[in-house]
This record gives sequence, C-alpha cells and structure tokens, in this order.
Amino acid sequence: MVKVASTFGRSGTHDYVLLRASAVILATYLLFLVSFLVATPNLTFEVWTGLFGNLWMKVYTLLALTGLLVHGWIGIWQVLTDYVKNSLGRGVLQFIVSVALIVYWLVGLFVLWGV
Amino acid sequence: MKKITFSVYRYNPDVDAKPRMQDYTLEMEENQDMMVLEALIKLKEQDPSLAFRRSCREGVCGSDGFNMNGKNGLGCITSVSSLKSNKIVVRPLPGLPVIRDLIVDMEQFYHQYERVKPYLINDSKTPPAREHLQSPEERAKLDGLYECILCACCSTSCPSFWWNPDKFVGPAGLLHAYRFLADSRDTATEQRLDELDDAFSVFRCHGIMNCVNVCPKGLNPTKAIGHIKSMLLSRAV
Repeated sequence: MVKVASTFGRSGTHDYVLLRASAVILATYLLFLVSFLVATPNLTFEVWTGLFGNLWMKVYTLLALTGLLVHGWIGIWQVLTDYVKNSLGRGVLQFIVSVALIVYWLVGLFVLWGV
Repeated sequence: MKKITFSVYRYNPDVDAKPRMQDYTLEMEENQDMMVLEALIKLKEQDPSLAFRRSCREGVCGSDGFNMNGKNGLGCITSVSSLKSNKIVVRPLPGLPVIRDLIVDMEQFYHQYERVKPYLINDSKTPPAREHLQSPEERAKLDGLYECILCACCSTSCPSFWWNPDKFVGPAGLLHAYRFLADSRDTATEQRLDELDDAFSVFRCHGIMNCVNVCPKGLNPTKAIGHIKSMLLSRAV
C-alpha cells in the first residue's frame, strides 16, 4: 500500500487544489511570455534583461518556478505510482525528479537575483 | 448465408501454459442478427469446454461483461451487427485475473465496492416511527446512480483501476459512494468523505470518461465522481 509520505499535499484534496492552482499560474505565465515574444519582434539582450529586471517579473517568474516545483512533484508522483510498481525504483525516480525540480527553483532564484 | 468469425480468448490454468486466441466460425442468415451471448452459446455447442458467465440474458444481472472488439459491454445486449465486423474478438474484462476463458475473478472489484459502505447509514437520535420519508426532489437525486448492476464494464475499462485496483475505488464503487452521499436519509456524509479523502480513492480519476463510454445502463460515473470531488473540495476550501 502506497502511503502519502512521498507526495506533496496532506491529502488527495490538498494535492488536487495545489495541482490546479499551480496549473493556473503556469498557464498565465506561459500566455504572458508568448504574448511578450509576439509583441516584441525586435528582441534584444537589453529588452530581455529589462523585462526580468522588473521586481514584478522576478516575483512572477519565481511564482511560476514554485508552481513548476509543486505541479511537477505531484504530477510525477501520480505517474510513478501508476506505472512503477517496485517501491525502491519508484523512490529513487521520485528522489531524482524532486531534486531536479528543487535545483530548477534554486537556479531560477540565483539567475533572477543577478539580473 | 454469411460467416462470422469469432476469435475467443481461451485460458484454462489447469492445462494451458499461457492464454491463446481460438477461432470459431458461425453461419448466419443474411438478414439475421443475434446478441453476442447467443452466439457464444452456439459456439459452446460446438466446443463445450468454452467457459463464460451468463444468467438473465437481458442486461439486468450484469454477469456477462466481456471485451468485444476492444470495447467492454454486456454480451446479452450487444448485437453482432452493432460490432460492424465479420470478425469479432471476444476477450475477458481487462485488468482482472482470469479464472478461465472469459471468466474473471471479481474479488478486487467487489472489495472496492464493499469499501464505500454501499448501504444506508442513519444514526439520528430520533428515528421516525414508520419510515424515512423523502421529497420527490430528494428522491430524484438518486436517479442515474441506483441503476448500477455491478457488471464491472466501467471499472475494467479504467486505466486508473488497472494500475491501482487495490487503492482506487473505481467508477462503479464511486457511483455507489455518491448514491449514498446524495441520499437525504443518510447521515454518514462526513465519515464517508473522510474515507475517500486520500490521493488514490477518488482523485486517481482523471476524467477520461471510458466508464461513461462503456456503461451498458447509460450511467455517468464521471459526473458522480465530479460531485464527490466537489463535496471534498467544498469542505476543505
């Protein structure tokens, strides 16, 4: 019996709410970035750093990375508990994916810090 | 006369090392039609070793759930003509252990049904003298829920049930769970929701609606599961 020790939320409902909330953040962030790229035909380094130099853009990006961490953690846990029946294999894969997601978040933080 | 080929899943664990498909041919008049169950009974006259379950032969008992040309359904109310092919592949319901030929072990399915306590729980301190009355509106909420015959066509077409039959209740069990959550006479709503509020029991349903697609009674388990999720969410948020 798989317990919830390796998942993110405290219950099925908690996971469900976190998944949807993070999906909304990620979807709006993606729409914003695509809109920005479409609306900016002459994309230069200055324009790009100018965008990410804004405080609100740093907050929004960090929010999206947090959304990715939460969404990826719960989503991958659901896929692994469906398809990987060996608990050691599942634990190792979950560990690798979770560490990668945390690394993405930390790299994002330090990149934003430096802009 | 037209010839219909039936490719039937055969497996007798006492004799066979592994399952195999066996072909049979059935001759029918050009304008003749019959139900798949009737065809299987005729095939059993050719080969008495062929094993399958059947009882009422009119879509009420839910015994003869099979996978016919890739889709689950009841053999007794699925006509050969509706499968629109001269070759009909009949397999047991997917995901459950095969006992023999088209007969599956329903233990896991019934265990999940049992888990949702499919009976009325009423611990009110002042029970009515004669009976628990319902208004026509309260009774109407049970329509589309109570008609389930537990044939397992829905749960065995659900990948979430295939991968986690020990933890995910499955569409049939959840339809019954909501039948009692929606019942105005039942007082165990909180207790029932508590037992479903884990990552698997309800939330493994991702709404792909295979259950709705195959239900021989035309029921909508996905809608009932949506109502359960809403009840869980409304008390959590």
